[in-house]
Formats: sequence, structure tokens, C-alpha cells
Amino acid sequence: MIHYILRRTLIAIPTLLVISFIIFAILDLAPNDPTGNLPMTVPPEVRAKIRSSLGLDEPMHIRFGLWLVQFCVNEPLNILYEGFGISIGDAENRTRIISWSTRSPVVDLIIQRTPQTLWVVGLSYLFGILIAIPIGIVSAYRQYSWFDQVGTFISMVGFSVPTFFTGMVAIIIFSVQLRWFPMIYDTTLEVDSWQNFVSQVKQMIMPVAVLALYNASQLSRFMRASILDNLNLDYVRTARSKGLSERVVLLIHVLRNSLIPVVTLIALGIPTIFSGAIITEQIFRVNGLGQLLIIAIESADIPLVQTLTFIFAIMIVVFNLIADVVYGILDPRIRYE
Amino acid sequence: MKYIISTLLTLAIVVGIASTVQAKRGSDGQLNLVYWQAPSTMNPNLSGGTKELEASSVVLEPLGRYDETGNLLPWLAEEIPTVSNGGISKDLTTITWKIKKGIKWSDGSALTADDAVFTYEYCSNPDTGCTQSNYWSDIKSVTAVNSVTVKVEFTVPKPFPYAPFVGYNAPILQKAQFDGCQGAKAQECNKQNFYPIGTGPFKVVDFKPNDVIVFEANPNYRDASKPAFNKLVLKGGGDAVSAARAVLETGEMDYGWNLQVEPEILIQMEKAGKGKVVSAFGTSVERLMVNFTNPDPSLGDMRSEYVGGNNNRNSHPYLSDYNVRRALSLAIDRQVLVDAGYGKAGKIGCNVLPAPAIYASSANDECKTPNVAEANRLLDAAGWKRGSDGIRKKNGVRISILYQTSTNSVRQASQALIKEMWKQIGVETELRNLSASVFFGGDVGSPDTYQKFFTDIEMYTNNFSGTDPQTYMSNWTCKEMAQKSNKWGGNNMPRWCSPAYDALSAEMSVTSAMKDRIRLTKEMNDMLMEDYAMIPLIHRGDVSAHSNSISGVRMNPWDSELWNIADWTRK
Amino acid sequence: MWSTVFLILEFAMNENTQSTEIAGDEHFPTEELETLTQHRSLWGDVWRQFRKHKGAMMGVIVFIFITLMVSLGPLLHDIEPSAINFRERNFGPTLAHPLGTDNIGHDTLAQMLAGGQVSLAVGFSAMLIALLLGTLIGVLAGFFKSLDGPLMRLTDLFLALPILPLLLVIILLFRDTLRTLYGPEAGIFMLIVFVIGITSWMHTARIVRSDVLGIKEREFVIAAHSIGTRKRRIIFRHILPNILSPIMVSATLGIANAIITESALSFLGLGFPPDFPTWGRLLYDGANFIQITPARVIWPGLFIALTVLSVNYIGDGLRDALDPRLRG
Repeated sequence: MIHYILRRTLIAIPTLLVISFIIFAILDLAPNDPTGNLPMTVPPEVRAKIRSSLGLDEPMHIRFGLWLVQFCVNEPLNILYEGFGISIGDAENRTRIISWSTRSPVVDLIIQRTPQTLWVVGLSYLFGILIAIPIGIVSAYRQYSWFDQVGTFISMVGFSVPTFFTGMVAIIIFSVQLRWFPMIYDTTLEVDSWQNFVSQVKQMIMPVAVLALYNASQLSRFMRASILDNLNLDYVRTARSKGLSERVVLLIHVLRNSLIPVVTLIALGIPTIFSGAIITEQIFRVNGLGQLLIIAIESADIPLVQTLTFIFAIMIVVFNLIADVVYGILDPRIRYE
Repeated sequence: MKYIISTLLTLAIVVGIASTVQAKRGSDGQLNLVYWQAPSTMNPNLSGGTKELEASSVVLEPLGRYDETGNLLPWLAEEIPTVSNGGISKDLTTITWKIKKGIKWSDGSALTADDAVFTYEYCSNPDTGCTQSNYWSDIKSVTAVNSVTVKVEFTVPKPFPYAPFVGYNAPILQKAQFDGCQGAKAQECNKQNFYPIGTGPFKVVDFKPNDVIVFEANPNYRDASKPAFNKLVLKGGGDAVSAARAVLETGEMDYGWNLQVEPEILIQMEKAGKGKVVSAFGTSVERLMVNFTNPDPSLGDMRSEYVGGNNNRNSHPYLSDYNVRRALSLAIDRQVLVDAGYGKAGKIGCNVLPAPAIYASSANDECKTPNVAEANRLLDAAGWKRGSDGIRKKNGVRISILYQTSTNSVRQASQALIKEMWKQIGVETELRNLSASVFFGGDVGSPDTYQKFFTDIEMYTNNFSGTDPQTYMSNWTCKEMAQKSNKWGGNNMPRWCSPAYDALSAEMSVTSAMKDRIRLTKEMNDMLMEDYAMIPLIHRGDVSAHSNSISGVRMNPWDSELWNIADWTRK
Repeated sequence: MWSTVFLILEFAMNENTQSTEIAGDEHFPTEELETLTQHRSLWGDVWRQFRKHKGAMMGVIVFIFITLMVSLGPLLHDIEPSAINFRERNFGPTLAHPLGTDNIGHDTLAQMLAGGQVSLAVGFSAMLIALLLGTLIGVLAGFFKSLDGPLMRLTDLFLALPILPLLLVIILLFRDTLRTLYGPEAGIFMLIVFVIGITSWMHTARIVRSDVLGIKEREFVIAAHSIGTRKRRIIFRHILPNILSPIMVSATLGIANAIITESALSFLGLGFPPDFPTWGRLLYDGANFIQITPARVIWPGLFIALTVLSVNYIGDGLRDALDPRLRG
């Protein structure tokens, strides 16, 4: 297993290089332009000057190389300097990756957005998992009972109705009609008192619930399918004939084996916390990393899109590895060597 | 007993009057604004988007600005310089501004003419990539005559010299703060770009780009009783409908900017009684651009290229026929378009230049009434006969229009309606919508930009800032045609060329008498409209909404909507 | 699709269709033996088991109903989907407009029927492409160790690609050629199905691969291997039928995903022209009008959910029917 992990980690490096180059090429080829959002009154000579001040006059491989060096060398050194005070080389004048729309360092923007992303999207992922697993188990165990039918219907609606719709309905019911929760997320709210904690919970409930419903719907289907597959296997019959209680059979034997594919799914879904909740973030103005990405794409802000997408790519590669390793550990039948 | 009550009552009334008369700074608490496009910087010179201009306008101020009727008011200046008060030289090449005395920056230091000179140097430095540089064009020099007097010298005589230091596009930056941030260093100055020091009623306390900006009242603001709010929060993100909802239905926000939504949605939301929709009409006209050149894909490099001097040899197969253009315009019922997409925020537009009112021509008002019968008669008479599929053709050319615009639900509704209207006169239409960042992006490698105009008809809104139409009307001169040779950087999308029009435009640039400028503008407008170089549809207003508890809002289409935020109060 | 064809061929070739005379004795009376030797094919068994599954039959009925409705409906309801009657906009349900109208006067029922054809076509085609690609890559990666590394890195690449810029590039490169060759609607249809297909296979591939890795080590596979069964037969005969479970779930999720993604693409201008109705687009366009004409939003949402539900139950039924442990 150690060999496998080492091998995968080594292969990850050229993989990521190729991925980052392909992403850069796609972004460069894409027909949108950073001056697209300027009003019509800005004349073309000014737009040309703006483009050249952003460095767009350089050929593609130079711009890519520059970004690569900045990402792999300058930014980590800068994190060491600002986070831990360790100064290597010329700490003050290091060129950092600059976003074209804000003209400020990209990494600062990412760090600024991470708290609300983790709070809202991360929590909803957690709740989604906590809801999906019991529902999946009960649905499978009592297949075709009323619980299963209702659960199936709710999950179908949950993932076939898009989040912009469920979010909007939630706002209309809970913010406009009932006046229970605010519809706009306040990112400047600091939780330093009980009052503020209650406010934070109130503004989080709707986006978290909407996202958790969406996540839980998908996960519960896989959980249910996995348990159904296992319920008919021989070892279950053996366990029952040995006289074990249904609870033990279900929760200790069947569940453990059924969780294996589901755990890998969960591990694979973690990168989507950071990139997948774009629409919900926009609706509630949570303004996390998903919203940052979509704004960057729409304003053709290549450094920001490139850096964000590359960070997602790193996370995908890392979590794929984690998922594979966990799968290999949990299921003794799997052999990677 | 009666005496006590009446005394108390009188006391209460007196105190009440006193407190309204002497409203104190910060007494009204927090004001919440929602801008569904979030500002990404506070420096208007580094990003020309309207959202950044609006956000920075509560901090940075110009010498003069426009009020809601289009009048030029002195703001940081003592008075507006004119030829009669000696502020503008007789040869129209110099304008001298006198700054009000005693104005302080929010950090306590004094505003001087050196700051004004520095602002010019900042934006005119070619390496800054300043997006407002056309407000600083044709300037020979800007000098500080003394600590409160600024002199601007132009390279050519300027009949209308109120571009530098006027409006929310050209406010004054503090030299002490921004020194060292000119040129290529502009993008390294985050602190300056995000927390600019200004003379306005608020100063920035927290700036999260593309998310939220928190301001507090400027302690050194020139009027001690203003602003009425001690904290201002400008939240961004989301879409226009939910922004309207936050102001009109839940009341979480006090002001929502740029609510481009269908009118019935706004009417429905206003029923909740919490807020009011306000609109103001500027110079924006939603119009159809007519392609006078041939966009056929099989032409390859010659698509939409104007060929051959004044004789357009690559002319459009059917749009170059005057009768077709006129018929297309006659068939459109513009009132339906207004009702479907704009409501109170739109009026029928029959001119490419609808405002200021003194320049508006009344020669084209025939377009207010559609006339399908006349359109059909025109086409029949011109030889465009209906084929077996109902679509008109002549000499093998079918009138089949490819009509593009940007992605926007109101625009798509207009497209669908116009398609049906054109079906009545035997014209076939294919609709296309493109993401705004592609359509307006100007990327030379993309075939879908509005400059390349590789379709037959395209629709978007154009306008101009300030009140002088000279630059705007010069957009349709022959040299402004967008072509491969100028990398499609021209402003004349229809590729319409008329020597007579060029002559009028040249004449206007050397005319200073107002009545002559008005006459020339109207003539140019009418020339464009009578030849159907563009088909105007709707005179669009800006639409915003504010809570009923806020008073003092004077919706301004000529400058920032927040231009008088210092005067806003909560009832 | 090919695997199913091969499955059918394999079973057909190996069916023992002879029914011979069998002599009975007191333990096995002749009548029972004769019933036992009646001709029973595998697919007959599958169909019998499927019929027993009430949910699956409901799913089939609902699905056939929806398909009939969108194909024959336009023949019965004679208003064109693109017809605009501006004076009758924002109507609720009336006799002339059974589902009401939208904000510029389109008839909602006509749009629903026309939109259904497109949505179902896009949903199924895109889902099939994604499913085939995902299963193919997942099986190859799980079964052949040498292909596992490269294929999984390919999956990582596709997972990491930013979808929107990728779409912009694809549209830029291919839209005009497809439009000239096949006309605007057919060209865009192919483009959208292709784009959704190649950007949604990754999830299926990963799950299929995990399952294949598990099944590969089971005793019956090792047994088949040891008697010299060829690899292709092992895949089609032993592995594929046992990984139907996640494939069916992916199919269901895939249709929903395809229908909604198509609407998001059209909304961004990367899909069908704006006046081309599809259920997803109707949902998107109608969302803001929910407080004015709720019918406009409820019907497309309901039908998308019903389509997904019916596919889900059919998938459930199929999986149960193909599971030899549950049958007979």
C-alpha cells in the first residue's frame, strides 16, 4: 500500500502540470475578454491599453510559465512570510498572482472567501451525509414500504429540481411570507456574542438546508442501492441463521460493507464543496468560492480562474487518492499491486 | 392638569422641531444598499464598470457634477467656469477651476490644487491602464496656479470642456495617498485602491472585493450635520429579482440599484407596501443595429467588411434596400415591447439621441405607431414577393434574418416579440443570445462580438455620459467603421457611411454657439433615422428601488445614483 | 448498448432449448417434470420478474404516457408554441389556454408539449453517452491494471476542467460548422448532447471502477478465470450484470442532470435559441414569475420530476429482475 501511495503521489505531479496547462489553454482560447464588462463609452484604444497593462500582449507560453512560477514558488513563500514570519529571499517585492478585476492578489481573495464557504457549504455537506445514510438504510431495509416510497419521491424531487428553484421557493416562504429568516447572508457578521450566534444560525439555515437536501438526495440513492446489493448476500443469511438480532446484522455487518462505496463517494465529493455550490451561493449572496469562480469566469479574469481551478484540480487529485486508499483499506478484497 | 398636559405637549413639539431641524450626523444609524453586481475595486480609474463608479462616488468627489435634471452643479468648486465669468478662455482652450476653501480629506489634511494635478497625471500615465482616460484626452497640461486654483489647457478648442474633474468618472484622488501608485505600480497599491481617502460623506472601513463594502461617516466631512447615517453597507452579488425582493418585500435592504426586471414582477413586489420603484431617463436607447455589409460565413475574411471607398461593394443582400429597412421598422409595435419588458422604466424610442430634451428631435415620431399594412405594401412594391413558405424573396435572395443580442430575459422577450412581428410581413428570423462577456468582450478571436457583427441584426443599448452629444454622434462617421484593419475597434457597427454626415460632425466640433450645436445634433440624428442606419426601439430609464422609510433619494441618470447620499435620511 | 446486444447473443447461443421426453418416477411425477421442462428463456424470466415489480410497471406506464403526450399532444392542441398573443399574457388556466400563458403571451401547454420532445431527447441521449463512456472507462480501468492509472488520471483531468470556459471554446470551434451542415436546431442539439455527455461521465466511471475492483476478486470470477474464460466474456457475462446497481442509479441521476444542465446552457446562451422551449428552460424562465403565474413553473418542474421518477423505478425493476438471487 505504501508503494502504491508513493507511486500515485509521484504521478500526481506531471498529471497536475498537464492539467494546469490544458486549463490555461482553454481559458486563453475562450472568446470572452476582460474588457467585456466595461461600459460602451470606453473607447477601443483605452481597452487596448488596458489589455496590455494586464500583460495580455505576451505570448501564451510566457504567461503560463510566469503563472506557474508565481504559483509554485512565490505564493508558498509568501504564505510562509505572512503566516509564520519566515522570510526567504526578497519578501517585500515578490510578484504575486494578481487578479485582473480587483488588481489585488488572488490568494488573498481566496483566503477571504474560505470562512463562509466552509460554514455554509461544508456544513451542508456534513448534514447531507448525516441525513442520507440513515434514510438510505431504512429505505433499503424496508424496500417498497411507505417510508421508502416517500423517501424515493423526496429524493427524486430533491435532485431533479434545481437548487435555484428550491432556494427561491425557500426564500419566498421563509423570508417573505413567514419573516423567519433573512434572505441575504451577511459576511461581516462576527460571532462574538450569543445574539450574533443566533443571527448566524438564522442566516445559515436556508442555504444549508437547500444544499443539504440536494446532497442528501443523491447520496441516499447510492446508499440504498448499496445496502440492497448486500442484503441478499450469503453472509447475511448465515448471520441470521446464527441467531444474531436484526439490528446487529444490519448495523454491524451489512452497513459496514455497504458503506465502502459510499465512503469513496463522500471522499470524491469533498472538492465539490469548494466549487459546486455556485448557484446557491449566488441566490443567498453567501459570496463564497463558488461565486468568486463564476464572477471570475464571466469577467474573463484569467489569473483568478486559473488559480482557483488549479487549486480544485489539486484537491480532486488528492481526494481521489484518499478515496482509493480508503477503499483499499476498508475492502480486503481490493488489491492495487 | 390641563396646563401640565399643554406644557408637556408644547415642549414635545418644540423638541421635535428642534431635533428635525438639527439632525445630527449619524443619528439615523445604518443604511443598507444592495448592488446585484458587486464592486471589485474602489478606484474608478482601474475599472470602468458602473458599479465601481457608484461605490467610489460616496468617497471620492469631483469639482462639478450633474444633478438629476442634467444641470451642471459646482460640487467641490466655487462655481462652474464659463466664458462669461472668465473661467473659460475666449479661445476655448483653457478652463480654470476654483476649489472651495476649507475642504478636508477624511484623514484631516487639506484638499489642494496639487491633488487635482496629480489626478490628471495618474490617469494620463499610459502604463496605468486607466479606464477613464478618454475623460482626460486632448489635454496639454494641468497646472496648480495656487493652492485652490487649477488650470486645464487643451490642445484643441473645446466648446464643451467639462470632462476632466466632472462627474463620477473623474473624481479627485489624494496625492499624498496615491503618490507612487502611478503607471505599472497601480496594481500593487491594494490599500489605496481598496481604501481610498476622499472628501465625500463616507469613508471605507472594510472592503471585500465582489462581496461587501462597509463605510462609516467621514468625521471631516464639510457639513457637520451630515451624513445622517453613521454606517453604510453596500452588499453585492445575486441577481436583480432577488435584489428587488430584498428591498420591496422583506425590507432587509434600503436601496436596490439597477433592477432590470420585467415590470409585472416589480409591480407585484411593490404591493407589499414596503418600498417604491423609481426610474429616471438618461440617454440610453435600446436599438437594432442594421448591418449594411454582408455577414455571410462563406465570405470568410470579408464577412461584414466595408469595401470600396464610398461605394459599398460588399453590401448586404437585402438590408441595403431602403424599403426593407423601413418595412422592418414599421412592422414593430414598440409599445408592446415597452409593456412586456420595461413598464415605467421605458418609453418608445424613435431617436438615437433622446436626451437631453433640448437635443431631442420630433421629426421621427411616426415610429410610435406600427403600420404592418404599409410595410407589406412597401415590400410588395419593391419586388419582394412571398414564396411558397411565406417568406419574401427577390432574385433568389430570401429575407432570413439572424438576430443576436446578449443574454437577458427582457432582451429575449423583445426578440421573441419582434420575431413574431416580422413574421407578419413575411420575414423569417433566427434568434441567438450570447453571454454578455462574449458579446461585449471585444475578443479579436471570437466571431460573436457586437463589433464584428457577423449577423444581420443585433440589439443592445448605447448611451453617453454627461450631457454633451458631440462624441456620441461622431460614432457614426465613416472613419469609425469597425473593420478588420482597426481590429474592429471602431464605434460604427452598422458600417454606414455618408460624406454629408461626416461634414456635419466635423462642423459640430468647431461650433460653440449652443443653438447651432442643437441644430447640428438634430440634423445628424434625423439623417441616421431617416436612412434607418439603426432602428431605435426603447428609450430606457435607470430603475432602482428604495424603502419607504428613506427620504431624500433623487434618482439621477446623469451621474451617480448616490450623488446626494449625504442628504438622505430615515423618516 | 453493445454489451446488452452481446449479452442477448451469448444467452441465445447457450440456451438449451431442447425439451426431451423424461421418464417420471414416484418422486418426480411426469406432469411436474413436464412443467419444469417447458421452454423458459432468460429474458422471459426477466420480463416475468419485472412485471411483478409494481413500481417498475407504474414507471413504464408513466413513461409511456409522457412520451405519448409529447409526441401526439401537438396534434390535438393546435396552438403553436411560438405563437404570441400579447393581450392574453400572464393568464391563469383558461379554456383556450389550459395551463395559462407566460409573460409575453406564449401558450404554456403548447410550450410544455414541444419542450417535452426536446428535453426527453436531450436528456436520454446525453445520459446514454455519459453512461456508455463512464461504464466503458470504469470497466476498463477496474479490470485492466495497466489501464487503471492513465484512465483515472484522464478522469481527474476531466473533473478538473472548468466547464463554462470549456463550453465557450467548444461552441466557438464547432457551432458555425454544425449550423451550416445540419441547420441551427439539429446542430445545436448535437453540440449540447455531446457537451453534456463528455462532461458528466466521470462520476459513473469512478463508481463503476470501484465496483469492478471489488467484483474482480470474487470467487466466481477467479473460477471463470481459472478455467480459461476469455477476458471479454468475463466482463460481459460475469462482471457487467453485477454492477448494474450503480449504473442504474447513475442513469437516473444522469437524466435529471442532463435536462437541468441543458437549461443552464441555454440560459447562458450556449444552447438552443431563446425561443426554443425545453422543460428546463421553461423552469428557468418561469422561476421569477412564481408569484404571478405559478402554473408556468409547477408544470415543467413536475414533469421533470415525473420523468426522473419513472426512470428510477424502471431502473429499480430492471436491477431486481436481472438479479439471479431474487428471481425464481
